[in-house]
Amino acid sequence: MTKSPLKSLGEALLYLSPFLLGVIIFSLYPVANVFLISFKEGYRMATGAFQQYGLGNYTRVLADKDFILALKNTGLYVLFVVPISTALAILFAALLNQKIRFTGLFQTAYFLPMVTSGTAVGLAWKWMYNYDYGIFNYLLSLIGVSPINFLNDVRYGLLSLIIFGIWSMLPFTIILLLAGMQNIDPLYYTAAKVDGAKTTKTFFRITVPLLAPTIGLVLIINMINAFKVCSELFPLFNGKPGVAYSLYTVVFYIYDEFFLNRQLATAGAAAVILFFIVFVLTMVQLFIQRKWKHY
Amino acid sequence: MKQFPIKKIVVYLLLSLGAITMVFPYVWMILSSFKTPAEVATTPPTWWPSSFAFTNFVYAFHTAPFGQYFINSLIVTSCVVLLTLTTTILAAFAFSRLKFPGRDILFTGLLALMMVPFEMMIITNYATISKLHLINTIPGLIIPFTSSIFYTYVLRNFFLSIPDSLYWSARIDGASNWQYLWKVMVPIAKPSIITITLLNAILSWNSFLWPLLIANTNSARTLPIGLYAFITEGGVRYERLMAAATIVVIPMIILFLLARKHIISGVAKGGLKG
Repeated sequence: MTKSPLKSLGEALLYLSPFLLGVIIFSLYPVANVFLISFKEGYRMATGAFQQYGLGNYTRVLADKDFILALKNTGLYVLFVVPISTALAILFAALLNQKIRFTGLFQTAYFLPMVTSGTAVGLAWKWMYNYDYGIFNYLLSLIGVSPINFLNDVRYGLLSLIIFGIWSMLPFTIILLLAGMQNIDPLYYTAAKVDGAKTTKTFFRITVPLLAPTIGLVLIINMINAFKVCSELFPLFNGKPGVAYSLYTVVFYIYDEFFLNRQLATAGAAAVILFFIVFVLTMVQLFIQRKWKHY
Repeated sequence: MKQFPIKKIVVYLLLSLGAITMVFPYVWMILSSFKTPAEVATTPPTWWPSSFAFTNFVYAFHTAPFGQYFINSLIVTSCVVLLTLTTTILAAFAFSRLKFPGRDILFTGLLALMMVPFEMMIITNYATISKLHLINTIPGLIIPFTSSIFYTYVLRNFFLSIPDSLYWSARIDGASNWQYLWKVMVPIAKPSIITITLLNAILSWNSFLWPLLIANTNSARTLPIGLYAFITEGGVRYERLMAAATIVVIPMIILFLLARKHIISGVAKGGLKG
């Protein structure tokens, strides 16, 4: 049964048009537009007028100390949150993968944070971080540590954000790794048992190497998500980027430039820089992971 | 071969420690929401509230229209989910079953576009919604999210696994493409569609950055934004804030308890695109 190409295209377009309409207006056009605007110097939001095309917005953003601070904070956040949460997730996924009882109970506990609003949970964390009456400082006092001003001390703001970030990232990471572990052929474990291998040896010699592709995928997804850290700041710091504006992240900077300062072009330039960094790092990771596969 | 009991004990001990860490913020939130101001401001902290009175919840509902926020969230999430599902099913059908010139190039281009984070599109989308005079309206929260490349990709892959023979036998029986899609493919793809629906609903319900820009009036605020407004407008009274946070979290906890298995297997298969 063959139809003319024109007729088949016509039918396909009927099915595709509602989808393509949304994609073009709210994905394709915005991406093209943001690239274009980021090169317009002296852009005015109200009129759309600009002086000329050039790299002016990029040099301005890269010279802005708030943006440099944002890059530094975001970089540190990614550097700590991604490896630590992935390592912890491997441990807990391995534990959940054992023959255990109360699976339902444990699953509920470990995966609940995935479905609840980050704003609401962030607020609970703000309360736990509270200097005077927070539960963390109480627990610290039990082991003789003097209270820490988690949220209102410039030295601890990033640490508090990182701890919350690790906690938030765990459920999703555990699920993906657990699924990866359940795909490993049980024959490998039977063989290891016959050979008399110890649990830790089995874990490092069988589970981890066979899980490498999943771990690689998880690292990339988590890195991309961690680079976009922003909404976590709103409940913790009342919508400010940390105490004394010390906790700018790249996306928060974009939000600030665009929404508060109405600087569309510099916000666009910052967004393009973010995209470029994430893109390059993703490619580098994919390249390295190709060399990992040693089985 | 008998299990060495110490190993079992270590496994359960570590698992319980992890479970407590994950659940504690919720437990502490809910316990605090029943406390009196005096019970909240004590060292060492009181673990159990003296009575489970709903004073703080009554205050929250009186100060901010959480009922309205809930309804707004419900409208936004159901519209986003239904519209996305419709465009996704139609597009996934075209990309898997129909043959037309340029199909593979178009699909590859879409996958490349999927890599661009939504944060990059916010700037222009805000301008678009503003031009359409949809700031502070419910449709402004819905219409940018009616097409999803990611879910289309997921469903297309499922559609591709449905054998061709089914299609040709349906066509011989006189079914049109349209009938085949809705009477054969969609029922077969039900597990995949449930997954997409749940993941999309969770994402839409908890969405923060976009509604923060768009919804600045009570008539358009969703639950997370309403809660955020309550923090900034209501001042810092933790027992009240925790009551408000509990109101926001409870519907999702109920959904999770009801659909736990679907949600977990859905995330494992499709992942959450944030």
